[in-house]
Parts: sequence; C-alpha cells; structure tokens
Amino acid sequence: MTTIATTPITPGAARSLKNRVSTSETLSHTITMAYRGLLKIKRTPEQLFDVTLQPIIFTVMFTYIFGGAIAGDVQSYLPIIIPGILVQTVISTSIVTGVQLREDMDKGVFDRFRSLPIARIAPLSGALLADTVRYLIATTLTFVMGYLMGLRPEGGLGGVIGAALLVIVCAWSLSWIFAFFGVIARSASSVQGISMLILFPLTFLSNAFVPVDTMPGWLQWFVDINPVSYIVTAVRDLVNSGTIGADFGWSLVGSAVVVAVFAPLTVKAYMRRA
Amino acid sequence: MHTITRNGDWAVEADGLVKVFGTNRAVDGVDLRVATGTVYGVLGPNGAGKTTTISMLATLLRPDAGTGRIFGHDVQREAQVVRQLIGVTGQYASVDETLSATENLVLFSRLLGLTHTAAKAKAAELLEEFGLTDAAKRPLKKFSGGMRRRLDLAASLIAQPPLIFLDEPTTGLDPRTRAQMWDTIRRLVATGSTVLLTTQYLDEADQLADRIAVIDHGRVVAEGTADELKASIGASSLQLRLQDPRDLDDVRVAIERVLRVTPTISPEAGRITAPMDDPDVVTELLLTLRDEGVHLAELSVQKPTLDEVFLTLTGHGVEDAASATEAETELERSRA
Repeated sequence: MTTIATTPITPGAARSLKNRVSTSETLSHTITMAYRGLLKIKRTPEQLFDVTLQPIIFTVMFTYIFGGAIAGDVQSYLPIIIPGILVQTVISTSIVTGVQLREDMDKGVFDRFRSLPIARIAPLSGALLADTVRYLIATTLTFVMGYLMGLRPEGGLGGVIGAALLVIVCAWSLSWIFAFFGVIARSASSVQGISMLILFPLTFLSNAFVPVDTMPGWLQWFVDINPVSYIVTAVRDLVNSGTIGADFGWSLVGSAVVVAVFAPLTVKAYMRRA
Repeated sequence: MHTITRNGDWAVEADGLVKVFGTNRAVDGVDLRVATGTVYGVLGPNGAGKTTTISMLATLLRPDAGTGRIFGHDVQREAQVVRQLIGVTGQYASVDETLSATENLVLFSRLLGLTHTAAKAKAAELLEEFGLTDAAKRPLKKFSGGMRRRLDLAASLIAQPPLIFLDEPTTGLDPRTRAQMWDTIRRLVATGSTVLLTTQYLDEADQLADRIAVIDHGRVVAEGTADELKASIGASSLQLRLQDPRDLDDVRVAIERVLRVTPTISPEAGRITAPMDDPDVVTELLLTLRDEGVHLAELSVQKPTLDEVFLTLTGHGVEDAASATEAETELERSRA
C-alpha cells in the first residue's frame, strides 16, 4: 500500500472547484454510463434473451399462423408482417429500459453515482443510450429472420437500413415513457406490469398484423390515430418500395411529441430522486 | 470561483440537522464539528440515525432542517463542490455487482474525468494497494464481504478526496479483515485525509477516532475524546471465578478491603465481579488471595461495552430501532 502512504492529499480549502457540470462533461458522463450499460450486457448476456428470441419466435409464429388467413399464403404475408413484427418487437424491447432503470436505482452503486461530482442526469441518459444497442440487435434479427423465410425487400438495402433507423429512433423515443414509469414506480415488477398494459393495446391495436378494414369502425378510429400504425406503414413503404411518405413524417412528429412530453417529466421525477 | 472558507479548520460542520421519515424523526437535531486531518467516530446502535446523518452530509439526502458544511461549502447550495471533496463508502457496498473489480474502478475513474489510460492505471494501482489484484477480473458476485468492502473503499479513494465518509466500515467483517481495514484507515489519515466513520463498536471508535460522538434516537447524547467518554462511562470490571464457591465470602471481604469497592456476587457461577478503577492494586488483591489460600478458576477484565455506554448515557440499553420506537409510542401512550 505504498501509494496511499506517499501521496499527500491536497487540502480541501486549497482546491479550485466549481458547482456546475458543463455540457461537454455531461456528454462524456453519459457516454461512460452507456459504456457501463454495454459492459453489463456483456457480463449478463441472458438479459438479451428478449431481443434475440422474441424476433425469432414471433416472426415464425405470426407468419405461419396468420399468413394463410390474411394474405392467402405465407410468401405474400411477409412484406406485411415483417414490418409489423419489427415495430412490435423493438418497441417492446424499450420496456426493458424502465425495468432496468428501476432495478439500478435500487442498488447500492446508485448511491455512489449520486455521491460523485458527475452530471445528475448521466445514469439515466447513459442507460437510454446503451439501450439503442438492444434495438439494433432486435432489428437486425427480425430482418434476418424475414430474409430466411423468403422476404426479398423491394426497397433494397437502403430501404431496409432506413426502416431500421426509423424504428430505432421511434423505439428510443417511446422508451422515455417506460423510463418515466421506471423512475416513479416502487418496484421493477410493477414497471413491467404497467408497461405491458400500455404496450399491448399500442402494438396490437394497430395495423401491424391485420388489415385495418377488417376491424369494427370504433377500433379503426383508434388504429388510425395510433402512432404505431404510422411507424408500421412508414416501415412498409421503406422496405417494400423504398419510398418515404407522409407516415414517415408523422412517425417522427409523434416520436418528437412523446419525447417532448415524457423527457421533461422523467428528468424532473428522476432529479427529485437522484 | 468560490469564497475562501471561513473555517478552514473544520472539515465538517453540521448544525441542527433534522431528517424526518413519516412520523419517525430519524435525525433530530445533530450538531457535529470535525477538525481537518482527524478521525471522527459516530457511535450508536442500529437505527440511531448514523447512516441518515452521513447521507445528508454526503449530499445523498436533503436535510429537512439544519445545515451541513464540508470544508465551508454548504451541502445543499454547493452540492457539486461538496461531491468533489468527499469519498463515500456505504454500509452496503456501493459498487456494481455485475461488473468486475477492474471494470468498476475504471468506470468510476472515467466518470471522475480520468482518460482511459489513466483510469486503467489508477484501477491497477488501487487494486494492488488493496490486495485485490488476483481477483481483479472475477465477477463481484464471488467476492467475500471483506473484499467488497475493500473495493468499495478503493473506489472512494480514486479522486483522493480530503474527506472520507465510512459508514460502518467493519460491520460483518472477521477480526483479521477488520484489523486490515483499521490499518488502511490509519494510513489514510497519515496522508492528511479527514475521516468521518460510523460504528456500532466501542473498541473501533476507541482504536481509531480522535473524537467520538455518541448518537441515539437521532440525537448526540455525548461527545468527546475516547478517554473523556470512558471516564463518563465508568471503569472496566474485574471478574473472578473461584475453584471453590465456598470461598466467595472471603474474596468479597478481600476485595472490599484492598480495592475499596463493593463487588457483586453470582453464587451459582462461583463468580465475583468488581469495578476496577486502578489496575495497579489488582496485583495486591491477587497476592492477598494467594496468602489466604483461595484458588482461582478464571480471571478476566471486562471493558465497558456499548451496551453499558448506552445504559450510562441514555438510561436504556442497546435496542433495535423497532423496539425503540415501540418503547417511545408506549411512553407517549402512558403520558396521554
């Protein structure tokens, strides 16, 4: 223990200190926290089960169950269902953000973060940033499964990449909703419960799996205003024809609105606790 | 950047700190003064308000009333400055369980502004110092309590803070690991660090702390050096167990004559206990017993325990927070 004995401590009164964290420091703290998130994924790969297994199982399951009934055969259902599954899978992945945030905030290490002279927001922003990696994994796997089952996107590689980016951006935006529940909920399991209650209507009451005109009128009304429907349509446009339509714009607008509402709410609730 | 500290001598100044959880006044007006470069011990049983007090001074909890200053900086208004001056080692290891020891230290170093290379060097250096190099890559789940505690302390020392909070640093550690922790704390102070530690053990406060505050039910009930406190608590006691219990009465007479105190006798155990103010006269007592042909089965010296400290200072023994609260409610009921 030589170093402790030889390095004298700079006295507290002799240090030059500031009471603010600059934007560039905040950014660097966020990136370090995201790095921690990735390390955690590396250390506990089992937490990737949802983003790896769900795209595989859901794609196979839904395609073969609904394919014949809805589109006549599996092959012609693929261009409809793959974008739907993609959006559904990636958005459900964003629930994990809230659940993990709650678990994390209950741990001892959070006390250390709070006692360090770092940006208060960094553990939150870092977690959200690290989660985009999960969306990327889920997106890639869904497209790979679709390709293996016979999907040949008319929109080409560019359309697929564009669709992937759109889904990741939208999922990231929606993850603020679940992050908010993560911050205010008492336990990780209650976060999971509340999030599921929101997620199921949001993803299933959309045009993700079946054509809207088969639904009753009152339901069509909800499906038409459901932001998930816009994302699904935008992804279909990109994947199947490589075009960007109004739905693409509305998806981004919807995402921006979610962030505009939930980011301040989450940050405020979080700062009160952090 | 900031005003010159008015009291550069004080590392910690707490005035009337209060924290209320529901109806429980966990901290009920705590005043503390910790001089720079010293070890200050906060001694008290579970639930006395030690951790809550430290949490407020370490900017983790907002006080409901009162003020705290660290090297002259207010813990609420200048929280970020305070955080640059302190290291906190919690009662429960505040390290990331999912990461390895190295990853933990690199993470905290990076957050404190070290470059990637510097962070790695710092982590290696601290692991070496705390004898954790062999376990550096192992996941923390396989760490023993002592190893976790050392890693936790190592993480608090990355920025070489001038003030270190140690919340029950040795609770749950075996005696050997405990002694190592004490050595580490002494070395920290030798480099000019100030240490504020909480403990449930009187001997730990006695061994390490220059000054001690005894805290109970959220209030400081006594404050002073270890010697001052001991003097207020009373002396150690001498315990004798006799080979032949029939000698008890003779021994009692001998003790009253030689030590000039009244012993207490437990006839069933063949034991006799006497307060021992001056160890020097014990020699004489033993010689007297030999001359009288009394044979001892056992001889021991009992130091005052935390229990006795509390009994003396507060009029009640060590009890856990729940039963203490119960007792209070009962008291309130009886008043009403």
